[in-house]
Amino acid sequence: MNITDIINIGLFTATIRMATPIALAAVGGMFSERVGVINIGLEGIMLTGAFTGVATSYYTRNPWLGVLASVFSGALIGLLHGFLTVTLKGNQIVSGTGINILAVGVTAFMCEVIWGSRGASESVPALNPISIPILKEIPILGDILGTHTPIVYLMFLIIFLSQILLFRTPFGLRLRAVGENPAAADTAGVDVTRIKYIGIILSCMLAGLSGAFLSLGNLNLFASGMSGGRGFIALAAMIFGRWMPYGTFGASILFGFTDALQIRLQSIGLLPPQIILSIPYIITIIVLAGVVRKSTPPSDYKPYEKR
Amino acid sequence: MVKIENSMKILIVKSIKFVQLIKESIQRIFPQLIAILVAFLLGAIVLIFTGYNPVDAYYSMIIGAFGDIYGIGQTLTQATPIIFTALAFLFSFKSGLFNIGAEGQFIVGAFAAAITGIYIKNIPSPIHIILSILIGAFAGGVWGLIPGILKNKFGAHEVITTMMLTYVAINFTGYLVNYPFKAPGWVSQTLQIEKTAQLPRILPPTQLSASLIIAVLLAIIINYILQRTSFGYELRASGLNPLAAENGGINVKRTMLYAFIISGAFAGIGGAGEIMGVHYRFIEGFSPGYGFDGLAVALVGGLNPIGIIFAGLLFGALRSGGMLMSRATHVPLDIVTIIQALVIIFVAAPTLLQYILNWRRNKS
Amino acid sequence: MNPAVQMLGISKKFPGVLANNNIDFIVEKGEIHGLLGENGAGKTVLMSILYGLYKPDSGKIIINGKEVVMDSPATAIKQGIGMVHQHFMLVPSLTVTENVILGKENVKNGFLLDIKNSTEHVKKFSEQFGLEIDPDVTIESLSVGAQQRVEILKALYRGADILILDEPTAILIPQEVDNLLEAIKSLKKQGKSIIFITHKLKEVFTICDRITVLKKGNLIGTVKKDETNSSQLAKMMVDKQILETYEKKKIEQKDIIFKIEELNVKDNRGIKVLKSLNLEIKSYEILGLAGVEGNGQSELVEAMMGLRQKDSGKILLNEVDISNFSPKDRIKSGLSHIPEDRQKCGLILDFSVMENLILGSHNEEPIVNRNLVINLEETCKLSENLVKDYSISTPNIQTYVKNLSGGTQQRVVLAREFSRKPKIVIAYQPTRGLDIGATEYVRTKLIEMREQGSGVLLISADLDEIRALSDKIAVIFDGKIVAIKDPSITNEEDLGLLMAGGKSG
Repeated sequence: MNITDIINIGLFTATIRMATPIALAAVGGMFSERVGVINIGLEGIMLTGAFTGVATSYYTRNPWLGVLASVFSGALIGLLHGFLTVTLKGNQIVSGTGINILAVGVTAFMCEVIWGSRGASESVPALNPISIPILKEIPILGDILGTHTPIVYLMFLIIFLSQILLFRTPFGLRLRAVGENPAAADTAGVDVTRIKYIGIILSCMLAGLSGAFLSLGNLNLFASGMSGGRGFIALAAMIFGRWMPYGTFGASILFGFTDALQIRLQSIGLLPPQIILSIPYIITIIVLAGVVRKSTPPSDYKPYEKR
Repeated sequence: MVKIENSMKILIVKSIKFVQLIKESIQRIFPQLIAILVAFLLGAIVLIFTGYNPVDAYYSMIIGAFGDIYGIGQTLTQATPIIFTALAFLFSFKSGLFNIGAEGQFIVGAFAAAITGIYIKNIPSPIHIILSILIGAFAGGVWGLIPGILKNKFGAHEVITTMMLTYVAINFTGYLVNYPFKAPGWVSQTLQIEKTAQLPRILPPTQLSASLIIAVLLAIIINYILQRTSFGYELRASGLNPLAAENGGINVKRTMLYAFIISGAFAGIGGAGEIMGVHYRFIEGFSPGYGFDGLAVALVGGLNPIGIIFAGLLFGALRSGGMLMSRATHVPLDIVTIIQALVIIFVAAPTLLQYILNWRRNKS
Repeated sequence: MNPAVQMLGISKKFPGVLANNNIDFIVEKGEIHGLLGENGAGKTVLMSILYGLYKPDSGKIIINGKEVVMDSPATAIKQGIGMVHQHFMLVPSLTVTENVILGKENVKNGFLLDIKNSTEHVKKFSEQFGLEIDPDVTIESLSVGAQQRVEILKALYRGADILILDEPTAILIPQEVDNLLEAIKSLKKQGKSIIFITHKLKEVFTICDRITVLKKGNLIGTVKKDETNSSQLAKMMVDKQILETYEKKKIEQKDIIFKIEELNVKDNRGIKVLKSLNLEIKSYEILGLAGVEGNGQSELVEAMMGLRQKDSGKILLNEVDISNFSPKDRIKSGLSHIPEDRQKCGLILDFSVMENLILGSHNEEPIVNRNLVINLEETCKLSENLVKDYSISTPNIQTYVKNLSGGTQQRVVLAREFSRKPKIVIAYQPTRGLDIGATEYVRTKLIEMREQGSGVLLISADLDEIRALSDKIAVIFDGKIVAIKDPSITNEEDLGLLMAGGKSG
């Protein structure tokens, strides 16, 4: 066996592919945390997005409508999470946990209703990879980045736009202010509730898109539980990336890399798969422990009590 | 004379406390009952929209859960592990922590107990049982200690660390049961535990084991610890107001660490009981998410150890009744998960129903 | 010409309190209007109503002759009202410019923040109104006085013609106060109407044109500055003449029972806040600690109670160094603490009176038996006695503390802390937010502790309180004790100067 069997261009191509759903959900998580609400439900929203996309593509035979439906399903869940945690000031973690469990139940239930099987859907029309003409020609970089599903390129664009949105626009300024000191934003005439809702819904829409990538970008079917803990890894990527879009992207690439690496190591049989599968979680714990770098959230996850 | 007067006073205080308790329990339980009701109603709507008959489905669910001795046994068997994990969640919650990793602690405890049950031989049954449970508790406790240390030393938020450790636990035991401890055959499971380590079955021919008795006893003991001991006092004080607790000389960090360990240990005992009473061996994926149900059961039980017993019964009934419902009416079993999730969502925001009622009133 | 603000018949009720009772309040254009009253008189509530933070139960608000429904701060801002809150409403990690423009941002290219232009704007404003500030630094790196200037700029940037300043001088050192008062005068010259909330008579006479006095939610009256005097205003403000001096037995204090030597402590951000601090407390003594908030008082208390790690130094109680003791052991060795914020740090609001009374002794006999099980009989007996001795007005000892009034809550704290027979009492702002009756009770109790031989460290922002109670006054500035004074021969100006870091004459 040769080292190039593991570390080669394919590994980095896979890294980009693995990092995409994590990065999308992680930036999503960031928008929610930036307005002071933790989004434990990312995992469930991804799962719902993955399912909704496949179901829509199944009925319409159009994967792009599927992607839209995924994003829309995320928005709906965001509305629910916002309603429970902002309007009703409910517990954010309990709400997120409820969303996660609901997603497992609803997707498996509907999967059986539609396709008669709890485990997986039928194959549906999915997104085809596209090649970027000039980029493709560049040696190595072209091999790694040149040919992917459109959602991968959308992810790059979203990361870039998120950075602009957060730090260069009035809306971003309000978002940051609302998360860090809602009372200050309120007295400055900012509608705290509205900004919080927008942040949460945006967050969940991105998680829904991430789910669409899993089912329609990476595969062409829905499998129950296919989010496979990526929602939690996304939360960790967000923390590691210090609630910044670029940082979050970097962390997602790192986790995508471990994910890609473990699949390769697994196929070679070098290590038992279970051990390799634990690596991202263990890295996450180490990251959270601040051994690598200390991170403090921009807010304290408490509902804003208007006086 | 003084003595009588004092005991009168205590009697008065106790009765005041008792009346308060009753009043509070009713106040506390009311939203839960409504939440359950609404969750079932919404579940029925889902069933109607997907072409099933909710009356048939719920009827067969009730029959499945309580219709015969087998159903009752199954309900109680299903309730047992989630009572443990709910108690685990409760104990950490009372000290101000959000340990949502009971699943991992449960699994680790189960594995440790299984190993003890398999590889320690030739000791008297009661000792073997107690030893296996203690080792299960120990393993769960260690799994709870890790996020405790991470929180105390590094300030890592326990919600994420406990969640991550759950996945580590699933993978780690998955490795152990697939490689070093795998029993011959194609199933990922260990050998059977020794007869001496098996918990007695208390409602033959069902699988219901003495683990349920341990769960109920544990709930009562936890209630006593929380309400009547200085440790329980410190725990509650730390949870309700850590700053004031520290001012009162309570070492909040240490109290939380203990709560983490004990919480993990409770989940570990639950896992041990599941192995020693039901499966007699560790099987990969034997827990269908008992740990996650624990959070829900603790909340539905009004964050009260005794309430948890009843909430555990409800969730156990859902699981056991769901199986018959699924067989008899072909409604996917997942409707049970949906109903459970809806209960959690309603419990997440206690003001939800109030809000809906107000909204309707304002509209009309 | 219409008045700038007319608030007519304003009433606002909170559970258990009538915060504003049918109040009329009128501010003419271009005047500085003082709103005077004690803590809890209803000044802040009235102004919060004007700023749209509270909805009044009844009454109407007329701005420049037009009736307005103040449903939110956004509406108030639109009407040209700006408010500088007692607790600053700033986002620490954002820059001065970002804070100023928040909610009213300049945009370029359709959607991007125009930071450069905004910065220029902020700079221009700060020069125009004499509010000097660097627009590019983040709020967290600014002094309190500078943050206040940012708050005023924020209001002006939003086009405020009517500016509400809620106790703006409470947190400033005297020099900063002078600067602020100058700035307010210059604002008036530029045509702004200013509402100045305060309970300090001196400031009212320095800058106000007219003064409205509130007392316990009622309007007492509005007077012109030139037609009144201090004693008239004081009479309007307070219920009865407060005893400014308290009867204290003359006791000779000689035993030093508590000593802090060369104590160095950092705050949460890692900045050194106590710098080789030295302090001595004798038994039978009340030592007043005077100082502007934020000069290390909180950290000193936390270090004494073991809630904050020291870097170096000694804390000696009866010549035993307790600086490495746990909080629990410090309580055991005779330290008692009345925290600054009783609801946040002193009480567990969701615990009963009884449960709160045993906090700190909850793991000692006779409250618990040897198995660490709480002895209900003893606990009840002790609680009943304390409720009686300290006249805690509660339905019974099982009542949740959150259902008691502020004064009663403080009695629960006093009962708990004093019943331990402490050697040292640390009283941190023990009368803040209490009504006059409760204030007097607390002060009498502190003197009682002194007479029983305890050493009392009284930390207060209220110089009158310190001067009335203390046997000796220590002044803290920038983490050091800069002077020890005898209250009978020192005056307020002297102390003020020392608190500001100057030398006394």
